[in-house]
Amino acid sequence: MADQSKNGKKKDRWSAGVTPYAEMGYYEPDYQPKETDVLAAFRITPQEGVEPTEASAAVAGESSTATWSVVWTDRLTAHEAYQAKCYDVQEVPGTDGKQHIAYIAYDIDLFEEGSVANMSSSIIGNVFGFKALKALRLEDLRIPTQYIKTFQGPAHGTVMEREYLNKYGKPLLGATVKPKLGLSARNYGRVVFEALRGGLDFTKDDENINSQPFMRWRDRFLHCMEAVNRAQAETGEIKGHQLNVTAGTMEDMYERAEFAKELGSVIIMIDLTIGYTAITSMGKWARRNGMILHLHRAAHATYTRQKNHGVNFRVIAKWVRMMGVDHVHAGTVVGKLEGDPGMTAGYYSACRDYTNHKDPSKGFYFDQNWAWMPGIFPVASGGIHAGQMHQLLDYLGEDSILQFGGGTIGHPMGIAAGATANRVALEMVVQARNEGRDIVNEGAQILKDAAKTCKPLQAALDTWGEITFEFESTDTPDVVETSTPTA
Amino acid sequence: MQITQGTFSYLPPLTDEQITAQIQYSIDNSWSVQVEFTDDPHPRNVYWDMWGLPMFELEDAAGALDEVNRCREAYPNHYIRVTAYDASRGRQTTALQFIVHRPAEEPGFRLERQESHDRALRYTLHSYAAEQPHGQRYHNGSGDGG
Repeated sequence: MADQSKNGKKKDRWSAGVTPYAEMGYYEPDYQPKETDVLAAFRITPQEGVEPTEASAAVAGESSTATWSVVWTDRLTAHEAYQAKCYDVQEVPGTDGKQHIAYIAYDIDLFEEGSVANMSSSIIGNVFGFKALKALRLEDLRIPTQYIKTFQGPAHGTVMEREYLNKYGKPLLGATVKPKLGLSARNYGRVVFEALRGGLDFTKDDENINSQPFMRWRDRFLHCMEAVNRAQAETGEIKGHQLNVTAGTMEDMYERAEFAKELGSVIIMIDLTIGYTAITSMGKWARRNGMILHLHRAAHATYTRQKNHGVNFRVIAKWVRMMGVDHVHAGTVVGKLEGDPGMTAGYYSACRDYTNHKDPSKGFYFDQNWAWMPGIFPVASGGIHAGQMHQLLDYLGEDSILQFGGGTIGHPMGIAAGATANRVALEMVVQARNEGRDIVNEGAQILKDAAKTCKPLQAALDTWGEITFEFESTDTPDVVETSTPTA
Repeated sequence: MQITQGTFSYLPPLTDEQITAQIQYSIDNSWSVQVEFTDDPHPRNVYWDMWGLPMFELEDAAGALDEVNRCREAYPNHYIRVTAYDASRGRQTTALQFIVHRPAEEPGFRLERQESHDRALRYTLHSYAAEQPHGQRYHNGSGDGG
């Protein structure tokens, strides 16, 4: 890539042709990042023979002002301010020099207020297909508070949601209706009713339940709200079904959301596949209409899972909090889906803490100050069951939503019994923790003891008690390797 | 019927010792503790009556348990709950809330459906107990005023 002039001298910054990015001001090791800069940490894997600093400068260049050739029109601008600057490049331990972390600073003036679409178009818009790189991953972003404050943030946030639902002191419980596809509206509502009256706070549509020929959205909404209201009458508790309003157009989504509101639903949901702008629009709609907004991270693993390429989920977690949802799925540690304990703790922190501290074991490359933007509920979903309740509480904490789909609906005594088993297990473990007991080590025994007076819990432990998912995580911190913990 | 509001409604009724442990946990977290009661357990009834002010400088959980028991004596046919409140920056909300006393019988709720346009329904939760005037609910109003 280096293009030296024929006599071997460094090319002038402004002469026509190709100049190494590092020599055009995109690599500035002496640069001191400003408080107002957006900072990014990229994991870069350059092609053979490409210097890490040049590859990093190229990422800085292509994600801000540069193109492949020198353009004289740069000189019409305050280009030094608009050029992103790679200010540090560090080799990743254990990769034989093949991977580096490039730290890049972007001036806040490069980004439109309140637009994740704009921010992502800049930072991850063009650079991932760059030929000089074998692979590229955006690991983390530090978003300055000045930029954070241009976003609405969660429609409600964790505090308001708890006050709205009148539920305190423990994680919320949910279940995704199964089977994912094929149930008629009437049968679907039955599952919702049984699960809610049995003790869950929420049930949920799955990501791909939208409005198919076997169950159109309006029929599903009507039957689910009948189920929700029956369950409220039987328990005297607020209940919700997360009605998925995901559709092919914004107009369709608004129509479905309005109908959910008219029927008195407390919550709707959307999929990550609808895109950043649509999510942001729904966040504003949800704030305006008093509706809790749940986000299913459908398709995220296509770009978040591989360690050397894509976008780390912690960046997505930060973005969705800014865009205005109230819930997002963020991993379980112990369930069937990918999730290293330290990394997952980091995602949860990005969702709900007011500050995130730089910490390699959690995957944070920067301190992040949220300027008191409310937190959102991280949701644990996928292959979890009542026998893991003590681990879930320990790993995921209280401001979380635990969703047991198969672990509720697959219960041998029925759906309501499955819900009761989960609710009893949760309350038992929270009570024990508050009483000062060591739930990590005593949890299994605490659940066994509770099961003596709770048949549904006994049946749940008999059915799933030994089920664990032990696979190496693909996305781990650079400092330690871990496997999924066992029960 | 048993209403299942609160952090521990799916467990057997809490003993005084268990209630004390939860209050102690609240004190250890610097949460204030409050006793509240009602004869209208509608899930949207946010504001139960306050049994005195929140106990902000509680040192001994036994003191709060005494208040629970005094409230029980005064309102044996009401719902009574303990609410722990977290005033820390960024929370400023209830941290823990659990029912410690119930009326002997809980008649529950009737679901009223108003048929609306295009198959849409409007739902209302009607509390059977609230058919009686305030103070005369549960056991035909056995004396406990509210």
